[in-house]
Amino acid sequence: MRSFLNVLVTGMVLALPLCGTAVAQTPTHKLGRTPSAEEIRAWDISIDPEGKGLPPGSGTAPEGAAIYARRCAVCHGPTGAEGEPPAKGRRTAPVLVGGQGTISSPQPVKTIGSFWPFATTIWDYMRRAMPLYEEGSLQPAELYALTAFLLYRNGIIQESDVMDAQSLPKVQMPNRNGFVPAEPGWKPRTPKPVGSYP
Amino acid sequence: MKPQGRGRRRFLKQGAALALLSQGAGGLAGLAVGAVRSASGQTLGAGTSEASSKDTRGYGERARFENSVRTLVEPPFASMTPLQDSIGIITPSALHFAVMRFRNEPPNIDPREHRLLIHGLVDRPLIFTLEELKRLPSVSRIHFVECAGNSSPVEHRNAETVQETHGWTSCSEWTGVPLSLLLREAGVQTGARWIIAESADAGKHVKSIPLEKAMHDVLVAYGQNGEAVRPEVGYPLRLVTPGWEGVHNVKWLRRIKVVDQPSMDKVESTGYVVLRPNMKGKAVWFNSQLGPKSVITFPSGGQRLPGRGFYEITGLAWSGEGVVRRVEVSTDGGRSWKDAQLQEPVHRIAHTRFRLAWNWDGEEAVLQSRCTDEQGDVQPSIADISKQWGVNPDFFKTTKARVNHWNAIQPWRVTRDGSVHNAQFS
Repeated sequence: MRSFLNVLVTGMVLALPLCGTAVAQTPTHKLGRTPSAEEIRAWDISIDPEGKGLPPGSGTAPEGAAIYARRCAVCHGPTGAEGEPPAKGRRTAPVLVGGQGTISSPQPVKTIGSFWPFATTIWDYMRRAMPLYEEGSLQPAELYALTAFLLYRNGIIQESDVMDAQSLPKVQMPNRNGFVPAEPGWKPRTPKPVGSYP
Repeated sequence: MKPQGRGRRRFLKQGAALALLSQGAGGLAGLAVGAVRSASGQTLGAGTSEASSKDTRGYGERARFENSVRTLVEPPFASMTPLQDSIGIITPSALHFAVMRFRNEPPNIDPREHRLLIHGLVDRPLIFTLEELKRLPSVSRIHFVECAGNSSPVEHRNAETVQETHGWTSCSEWTGVPLSLLLREAGVQTGARWIIAESADAGKHVKSIPLEKAMHDVLVAYGQNGEAVRPEVGYPLRLVTPGWEGVHNVKWLRRIKVVDQPSMDKVESTGYVVLRPNMKGKAVWFNSQLGPKSVITFPSGGQRLPGRGFYEITGLAWSGEGVVRRVEVSTDGGRSWKDAQLQEPVHRIAHTRFRLAWNWDGEEAVLQSRCTDEQGDVQPSIADISKQWGVNPDFFKTTKARVNHWNAIQPWRVTRDGSVHNAQFS
């Protein structure tokens, strides 16, 4: 009995840091079905910061400039440095280019070039959400070209650089080291340090 | 030129629909469900006569004298809850705030077609129909949902009413399946540290949440206040991530991927980060939990007291950390404080109604409330926040940068004529 309890307690202690991930791992309700690999592939549009999930295709800044003029400039301005002023009934399109050197100032201008830490995020966000009202219409090669254009306009890559699944994650963003994770990492029922809010 | 021209026209058309909606807000409120569910821009404006002729005995409507409605603000398209009219702790579903990131209308999802996929670092990827999810063991919990930008000085410093300052928080009874149950069914693998939750909305909104939080108290909800979740707040399925910025409460939930690191999508890598002037340009990622906060809803900005005499000061308090332990109210601009009575039971991570008896002597008075939560965390003053930020308090009068998680004490000034005004920055 004693040894059984020891085993049980050890098991519980080991399980706790993972918050139950090691507990009750067998399905108990047996509802839902197993999706096929093709179904998961079709649904899974996640791209991680190392570029896992990026599809084949490639593009350059000059190709991107032409697409930008047709699909993006109407809201973000002719060069991406303009953005769009707030207008009645309209969502404001953010400035995409410029702002370097303003992040530590009292009025930071957060753009792709001045603030975004990962180049993959540009590709991912445009595939998900751009252009407004025509989301999902940009093909992988167009997305690589547009990403190349925005990186080039922000002075991060050369005009001739080719962006693809291999090169894009390797682009070093200027503000990559401008972030710190919230400390301490969140745990249930742990107080936040003084000054966490707002 | 054609595609974006079309997009722009459609955009402007939707803008016009919004204006219509805005003008017709009084009429719309009385017929809420029929109009909102039929969704398209045209029917919103035109629906008035159609719906008023509808027999409302099947699905009742409120008294014709009741006219409290959400305000529509922009950009982006968003509605704010009329907290000045709130009673008790539950927000009527039709008055729940909604921030629509991509459209004026919610996505039109047929619940029979909707699926939830759980995959990634799991032993058994699973795909659920809504019917299957409803067969699983369910729970109901009362929680607030608050937008990270609620009451932020940039958007709200010139606001007059509590609806305009604090209307991006609402509180509902949510019913659904604990996410931990679904993750256990799928079997989370060693090495998993985060989940990525994704919406079926037009912009495929996505948010990473630490696995600890996902296993702790996150709900996959299909019910709101005794009926299905409203379209604007996630029908037919949404995440409720108690006490964390609204953006974690993924609406129109369609996919959960279990992963070893966050996806660092736009929302979390650049949007909802904390950037303070005294951090030398370093921004904080994943500072997701909302702090202790409260606001007096009566008397509040834009209201008028008819004369001296007895009033019950009342308001709402909440904290992302858990239970509200104490609310103090000051009627003299913060010189003295009295404990307000809390409405029982006090729910964890929920709006908590507080009340304090007050006799107004007819002289100018500044009313404010201060919340303390179960961790002993106290709602700060602007002076406290300024100290943390290393700035002069005037900084918040002028900054153009959104200050997320703003939870400063909110003062209302009652003048001698009985009118009540926002005294936060004046």
